[in-house]
Amino acid sequence: MRHTFVFFILLLLSELSLTGARAADLHPPKQVTAGNGFSIATTGNGDATFYLVGPSDRAKQTVRLGNAIEVAADDVRTAGRYIATVCGSDGCASSAFYVVAAAPAQLSFLVHPSRVPVSAKDAISAVAFVFDKFHNLVLQPVKVDFNVAVKDAPAISRSLPTNNGVAWIRLNATRKGGPAQVVASIGSISEHRVVQQVASDACNLRIKATRKGNSVAVETETVRDCSGNPVPDGTVVTFTATDAKGKTTVDAPIKRGTARVQMRLTGGATISVASGVAMGNEVRIGGTP
Amino acid sequence: MRYLLALLIFAVTLLFVAVGWVTSGGLARAEIRSASTPTEAVQALLADVQSHNWDRAYARLANNKDIDRSAFERDLSGSYRSLRTYSSLEGFDVWPIHAASEQAVVRANLHWSTAVGPIDDVRDLKVEHQGSSWKVDWPSPNLPKVPPQVIPVNYLRWDVINRGPEDDWGEQNVDTPQVRIISMNPVERPDRLIILGEIVNEDTVPAYVNVNATLLDQHNAPMSQEGSFDKISHTLLPKQVSPYRIDFPGIKLKQIKSVRMDAKAMLVPASADPVIEVSGQRMNTDALGKKVLSGELLNESGQPVNIAQTLAVFYDSNGRVIWVSDGYIDQALLPQTPVHFAVDLPDDVAAKVQNYHVTVNHYSSGNS
Repeated sequence: MRHTFVFFILLLLSELSLTGARAADLHPPKQVTAGNGFSIATTGNGDATFYLVGPSDRAKQTVRLGNAIEVAADDVRTAGRYIATVCGSDGCASSAFYVVAAAPAQLSFLVHPSRVPVSAKDAISAVAFVFDKFHNLVLQPVKVDFNVAVKDAPAISRSLPTNNGVAWIRLNATRKGGPAQVVASIGSISEHRVVQQVASDACNLRIKATRKGNSVAVETETVRDCSGNPVPDGTVVTFTATDAKGKTTVDAPIKRGTARVQMRLTGGATISVASGVAMGNEVRIGGTP
Repeated sequence: MRYLLALLIFAVTLLFVAVGWVTSGGLARAEIRSASTPTEAVQALLADVQSHNWDRAYARLANNKDIDRSAFERDLSGSYRSLRTYSSLEGFDVWPIHAASEQAVVRANLHWSTAVGPIDDVRDLKVEHQGSSWKVDWPSPNLPKVPPQVIPVNYLRWDVINRGPEDDWGEQNVDTPQVRIISMNPVERPDRLIILGEIVNEDTVPAYVNVNATLLDQHNAPMSQEGSFDKISHTLLPKQVSPYRIDFPGIKLKQIKSVRMDAKAMLVPASADPVIEVSGQRMNTDALGKKVLSGELLNESGQPVNIAQTLAVFYDSNGRVIWVSDGYIDQALLPQTPVHFAVDLPDDVAAKVQNYHVTVNHYSSGNS
């Protein structure tokens, strides 16, 4: 609380002195790179107190007017507007300058979604934020290289400049399932993400049924989507059989590519299959011989 | 004077005890215990069951030499942490179906108060005249017993590792599953408005889903909001479809302009086990004359399912969802042991039903 109060008093003094009379004067550079020390030229005579107030830094030191004030690199790590104020026996003088981000040193890379159905258009969004080593967003345009690599498919590469520190790209999912390695890089800095390209809805879902005494073994062929990718294990397949006793339903998960159930059915029965909203074929099986 | 006061206090205490006995149904119980009619015999038996007086209830059975006492108790108080073990007999209605000089059939509607709400259990009981009183011929409890065996279970299980708190904000995380409401139909009943429909998990990972509905009035202002609560299968495996039902008591269809649906999904660890077969599904009429969809559940896994809930969705000739009803099974589903179920539906709805589908929610101790 006390620090905040002092900060506001300093800010007020600085702003007042920017518009008011000037006994001493400061001449900071218009723009400074974050993390680099620099000098501020002053005019006037005698001892004074120098204040530096930035977005998240502040510093105070006793200086001699007429000599250059040395600002340490650690005092200007955060990008933004700084106000330098010097207060001597005959009043205060202030001057504002900007600290800009240093060279790119880090990438924050957002890739969404983490899973995407195959063949989905513009489904993958990759956004890269460029930061310097002090976590300042680098606003100057920088070229970011995006690279997408999928097994058994040609890699996709594009270079895009950042706009206000951000570069982004939208990508289509490939027709083949599997992990897609998405990489964003600037020079030697790179970030990797993985997007799982997963099979879409089941397509051409087919079953075969075999009677075994009072029960019927029903099994699907390998369940694949319309692009030929195997639907992942655990996907639920619903088997429905109708016989003289009524209807029987079983929700069975796919295991090693196929789903199978054993249904207690007597007499002739009609068996159908579905997975989610995808319907499969229907088979009729005769009664016990 | 001192003795008079003591006598007065004693007399008043006796009076209060007598009043308490009468008001708590003591007279009625005493009448029931005499069991001079078949109905009174069943009432007496059920009164003992209600007060957990298993010894006296067992003594009232006409066939207690043929029934194991512990089996009788388990038949009524449940086992394997089933829903019945979390229930108590709140009340019962008894009425004669058939009566002769030595034998009678009495129908009992047992009102159970359970952890998930009230459940009615209708039983037709044979009653025999033995000596000077009537006694209940209790049906021999058919308690399932699973023979010792090893059932290999190798279905998939999904575990989830999310982004940690120490990770950078740009660090990759796993997305929530994609779910979609595939149908929604508002149905007006005399006392309520019901939103019915189905939801599918379109993703390749399990989802914990919940459906909420907000009713908007003629000025598009929200007037009521409800969730599907337990009228949905919350855990949906990839491509699994669940019916849902949201009730708005006291609201008429003409009061609302539109409905805002909201399906929420979360990525959760889940197992593809157990698989439960729903067989012999048929529409028929139960002993009380209600339209029901009945059938059998068969747990195909090796682990008992402690509490099972059936969710039935009914479609009309256009494939539109016209009703969703549910029912809890008060006994555990033991491996490879069929268990009967029935869910009711209104008569006017039953007349329009062309197709139906039953799904099963399951709760096993140690699992969700």
